[in-house]
Amino acid sequence: MATQSSRSAARIMMAPAVFLLLVWMLVPLSLTLILSFKRFLPLRGDRIGERGDGFGDFLLDYITGFPTLDWVGFQNFASFASSGAFADAVVTTLVIVGGVLAVSVIFGILLAMLLDQPMWGQGVVRILVIAPFFVMPTVSALVWKNMFMDPTNGLFSHLWRAFGADPVVWLSDVPMFSLILIISWQWLPFATLILLTAFQSLDSEQLEAAEMDGAGPFARFFFIALPHLSRAITIVILIQTIFLLAVFAEIFVTTGGAFGTRTLTYLIYQRVLESQNIGLGSAGGVYAIILANIVAIFLMRIVGKNLDR
Amino acid sequence: MGRITLQKVQKKFGDVEVIPPLDLEINDGEFVVFVGPSGCGKSTLLRLIAGLEDVSGGQINIDGEDATMVPPAKRKLAMVFQSYALYPHMTVRKNIAFPMRMAKMDPAEQNKRIENAAAALNLTDYLDRRPGQLSGGQRQRVAIGRAIVREPAAFLFDEPLSNLDAALRVGMRMEIGELHKKLDTTMIYVTHDQVEAMTMADKIVVLRAGHIEQVGSPLELYRTPRNTFVAGFIGSPKMNLIEGAAAAEHNAQTIGIRPEHLDVSTTAGKWEGTVGVAEHLGSDTFIHIHGIEGCDPMTVRAGGEVSVKHGDTVFLTPQAEHLHRFDAEGLRIA
Repeated sequence: MATQSSRSAARIMMAPAVFLLLVWMLVPLSLTLILSFKRFLPLRGDRIGERGDGFGDFLLDYITGFPTLDWVGFQNFASFASSGAFADAVVTTLVIVGGVLAVSVIFGILLAMLLDQPMWGQGVVRILVIAPFFVMPTVSALVWKNMFMDPTNGLFSHLWRAFGADPVVWLSDVPMFSLILIISWQWLPFATLILLTAFQSLDSEQLEAAEMDGAGPFARFFFIALPHLSRAITIVILIQTIFLLAVFAEIFVTTGGAFGTRTLTYLIYQRVLESQNIGLGSAGGVYAIILANIVAIFLMRIVGKNLDR
Repeated sequence: MGRITLQKVQKKFGDVEVIPPLDLEINDGEFVVFVGPSGCGKSTLLRLIAGLEDVSGGQINIDGEDATMVPPAKRKLAMVFQSYALYPHMTVRKNIAFPMRMAKMDPAEQNKRIENAAAALNLTDYLDRRPGQLSGGQRQRVAIGRAIVREPAAFLFDEPLSNLDAALRVGMRMEIGELHKKLDTTMIYVTHDQVEAMTMADKIVVLRAGHIEQVGSPLELYRTPRNTFVAGFIGSPKMNLIEGAAAAEHNAQTIGIRPEHLDVSTTAGKWEGTVGVAEHLGSDTFIHIHGIEGCDPMTVRAGGEVSVKHGDTVFLTPQAEHLHRFDAEGLRIA
């Protein structure tokens, strides 16, 4: 890409991809933004696309900012935020994200250390450990709900009864714990996989040098292995945070947002589809974007500097 | 104190015997070099002494005490690794301090030792840098610094110079030699480079396939190699080993003559051959000569001013007093 002409040729060839990505990102974002300032209650007769049903009609409506809907200013934002459910939803979201991150990083490191040991049947064991990641969230939540956590027929209830204890009604007695358990089970393989590769790239001579320097197993872990893993841990935390902020299926399938498990994503879903208030839901969506950015900036500050080295 | 004795030390990996039972004595303050071709077990032997590998049999004594089952940290030995094995996330200061920190040494004493080591190794300006910001030679010195501050009974070096460029290697060779003179501590040094072995060692241990071929001072090994392997391994360029009629003349299976012990003439001599490649080094000329029966090519080390060309006919005469004779098993005939 040295010459002027090859550089401009490169720009032209990249243009379609850049354009597609921009459209892909900007259209939903701008739709959400426009609708969050509009009153849009389909059940009360609010309509878009009065000109007709064609794509061109929609496009014209979209470009002109949906003139058939009433502009309500910041009213949607005010009512979304003033509802008591909002603060609870933010806290719930952060607790789930934090809980799953803690579980998957800590147990991910332990599992990765275990899998790094030479053992018989290593390949099969590794595939089995990674398997939960391949299960769809809906399916895994259903399996947990019906096979493990069911208070009458679940495996756990049988286990509890075998010891003469009263079965725990998991999803209503300890709903947050149960949800974090289910979601962690799905994300642990991802963390384990990344941390395992990091462990494998640790120079064994460094560990031997530390051993000769008088470091015991714990000192070797905290002074040599853990700093080596810091970059991998950072990546796990950043990627998982992005996905965990949007967790939905697990809540939908298990508690349906009851018992204090309503996350911001779930609240938005309820506002849009259950209350059929699209403007209010869009305002919630904008809040979710802001929250995600706050969390991202926060994380970048704390752990992002690990990536610079 | 650093007196290390190996008694019948043996190492097997599964069924493969890497080091057959072997005895060796290393005296206090000695600079011992293990040298041999790659795969000869010299690094394994060093790791056995360090305690990073368990022996399969035999006993290792350090200062008269049985250390065979003692963990590496308690053997009072410090090791410098081939890859330096510096801790990349720690500054130079913290790297050097690490063994003392693990020993929970008084911080004031730690600082004093770090300053001393840094001054001795020219690292004072780099104490707050990380290993990634240092050159190869500087990293090497940090690794040595980390070893020095522990004040160990003996230093173990595992091919420490093989990652450095040729000029730096010569410099570090001298620095390690100086260090040995100053500290007067036992050092065990593993290398495959016989030049390093010759220049640094008090005592060279030549290994082949886990066997000790010969132990002795550099000049002993140079003057009286015990067999053809040592004869060919020690000395640069390699000794010419001649078989056949020329050897039979001296009642031997093989005779050896070093390139520097051959006289070259363009008119008359014992053996006649044609010049192949002549390497002019300025001070010396290494001439490879073809066509001599029993040894092809034969290498000669002549003076820098000798001018022979490719294809010239030359005559060689060995200096009789420097001729080595070996029997059918390759052992030296006295």
